[in-house]
Amino acid sequence: MNEARILIEVKDLCKYFDVKGGRKLHAVDRVNLTIPAGKTLGVVGESGCGKSTLGRTMLRLLEPTSGQILFEGKDITKARKSEMRQLRSKMQIIFQDPYSSINPHMTVSDIIMQPMIVNRLFHSREEMVARVKKLMDTVGLADRLYNAYPHELDGGRRQRIGVARALALNPEFIVCDEPVSALDVSIQAQILNLLMDLQDQMGLAYMFITHDLSVVKHISDEIAVLYLGQCIERCGATELFRNPLHPYTKMLLAAIPVPNLSARTRELQVIHGEVTNPIDPPPGCRFAARCPYCRPECKEKDLPLREVNPGHFAACTLL
Amino acid sequence: MDEILLKIEDLFIEYQTELETVRAVNGVSLEVKSGRTLGIVGETGAGKTTTCLSILRLLPDRTGRVTGGNICFRDKNIYSLSEEEMRTQICGEKISMIFQDPMTSLNPVMTVGSQIYEALKYHNHENKTREELERRVDEVLELVGIPAERKTEYPHQFSGGMKQRVVIAIALACEPELLIADEPTTALDVTVQAQVLAMMRDLQKKVGSAILLITHDLGVVAQMCDDALVMYAGEIVESGSIEDIFTPGSHHPYTMGLFGAIPDLDSAVDRLTPIEGLMPDPTKLPDGCYFADRCPYAEELCKQIHPTRTSLSGTHTILCHRFSEGLKEVSHE
Ligand SMILES: Nc1ncnc2c1ncn2[C@@H]1O[C@H](COP(=O)(O)OP(=O)(O)OP(=O)(O)O)[C@@H](O)[C@H]1O
Ligand SMILES: Nc1ncnc2c1ncn2[C@@H]1O[C@H](COP(=O)(O)OP(=O)(O)OP(=O)(O)O)[C@@H](O)[C@H]1O
Ligand SMILES: [Mg+2]
Ligand SMILES: [Mg+2]
Repeated sequence: MNEARILIEVKDLCKYFDVKGGRKLHAVDRVNLTIPAGKTLGVVGESGCGKSTLGRTMLRLLEPTSGQILFEGKDITKARKSEMRQLRSKMQIIFQDPYSSINPHMTVSDIIMQPMIVNRLFHSREEMVARVKKLMDTVGLADRLYNAYPHELDGGRRQRIGVARALALNPEFIVCDEPVSALDVSIQAQILNLLMDLQDQMGLAYMFITHDLSVVKHISDEIAVLYLGQCIERCGATELFRNPLHPYTKMLLAAIPVPNLSARTRELQVIHGEVTNPIDPPPGCRFAARCPYCRPECKEKDLPLREVNPGHFAACTLL
Repeated sequence: MDEILLKIEDLFIEYQTELETVRAVNGVSLEVKSGRTLGIVGETGAGKTTTCLSILRLLPDRTGRVTGGNICFRDKNIYSLSEEEMRTQICGEKISMIFQDPMTSLNPVMTVGSQIYEALKYHNHENKTREELERRVDEVLELVGIPAERKTEYPHQFSGGMKQRVVIAIALACEPELLIADEPTTALDVTVQAQVLAMMRDLQKKVGSAILLITHDLGVVAQMCDDALVMYAGEIVESGSIEDIFTPGSHHPYTMGLFGAIPDLDSAVDRLTPIEGLMPDPTKLPDGCYFADRCPYAEELCKQIHPTRTSLSGTHTILCHRFSEGLKEVSHE
């Protein structure tokens, strides 16, 4: 995926939250990423490892603690409010829960129109109405739902509203934070097909956060594995499943429940050992305390990602 | 061990909104035995959560209504108990529920630790001291993979999956006889999910709990459940032992569609294959089979007459005309 133009690049990005006693919770800790235009970066990792925080910080919905976010080569961490408003129309987010991310008192059309009003994108109401209708058509929402309320719709249609709203301002980059987790597998398949069609038509780049590894494999060009705020492995999607390098990644892939009875007798694949506290974490590999291969040097200093095979990066002293 | 803990018979539930009546649950019958796990899968909006809420009498007051059927826990009809009996004897004590949205059960202005503490104190049958209970709070948090030190934080400082884990920790700490878990692991990665599922199994071994597990993840069903049922438009369209549901053979066309829509880890395809069409509007359910509009096998009969349940074997039942007129073999793939 080197040939495509880099749309977004993240350099040494950190997001620390202040907690009691002047201590810092390292939610995102020196992460480096690039996403080419028109491509999808899948992001996976343990619950609480900082995926949502990374997504939000990249859109500056949260202020980064340090590091750079380059959008089309320009560092947006220093952009002023007015610049940021313009940039924001190019960068959108879709949340997991179509229920709680949508205001229940607004109609479908109001919800999709809202970002257009906030960003003063159109001059007349007619223009906006036409745009809303076109968007509803794009995401497969019937015309008759124009004045419907979200509670009248099922989860799949509600998630389509989220997609339409994210598309309202013609973005180039969308962070999808678990957009299909709450949906049954059939409706999930519909939404994934829709997102991939839109990508083909409009050249969108996605950062796709999910816990479902078969989904992430299906939709991603490249996958980044996070562990406690740090990116510990990054490579092409098929490569990750064929040849996982980091011990955590291996354990993650081994724990996927498969939808047939052959695995029933298998023990549940649990990772033992104490979870490292992300508040002022000790130096070294964040996975060390739970890693069966841990050696003294693992706890000496933080490990950077290293290109182990061409295009395949991992952070581990074993490699 | 094989005592029937929960028995639902021919349950009907409606939601009355300003303009219309939503027929959310239409004739659901099921049984859960102690020590066993029953999985429920089905379309978004099929009535899974509604069924669970009715077991604890938690349907929204003004709008939700049980219009037919019975729910018995042990031999007690849940709907004949007084509010008082319900609150003190059933909710949280004998039956615990993990809600789909963790914020339904968490208090936003109370620290995570004190919420677990309160739950433990409420169920403190062994008269543990304050210190013992505090130590148990730490243990419970560590069990779901959250460092105990973080107990002084508030829910908004936790990630989505961490909140869900706190709710699970509280529900399991109460050691209920019946655990109702409504998509408990959708917000969790597979390793933490495995940890939580293992905890449920441990609980089951220790106190013989029955578990009602709702999930969209057919992999989780395959791993955890003894029995399973598939819901569509408020009905159970197929039910049986885990072998009945997962072994290729005779299945409801909706069940086949669900299995066909899962992305396959071992092969790459460009497009996934969802089931065409949409679930019928629950305010205007058709006369015939509810799935007929989307069913590749539908015939004229299916559109006109509602099918009746057919037993294929001792445990396996299907609600489909194709099976009522003698057995035709239909394969998964
Ligand atoms: N507003 C906040 N204040 C303090 N800490 C926070 C805040 N938001 C998140 N955190 C912490 O940052 C870390 C990362 O959280 P984040 O929500 O990014 O995780 P995640 O990877 O998205 O998890 P999940 O898969 O469960 O959604 C967690 O330890 C969380 O407790
Ligand atoms: N408070 C309510 N008022 C009106 N209709 C409701 C209410 N709650 C649920 N419904 C409707 O009842 C039907 C069943 O909903 P329910 O939440 O039980 O489905 P579910 O199977 O749990 O779906 P999901 O997989 O999305 O959680 C749906 O059509 C839903 O829109
Ligand atoms: Mg998250
Ligand atoms: Mg539900």
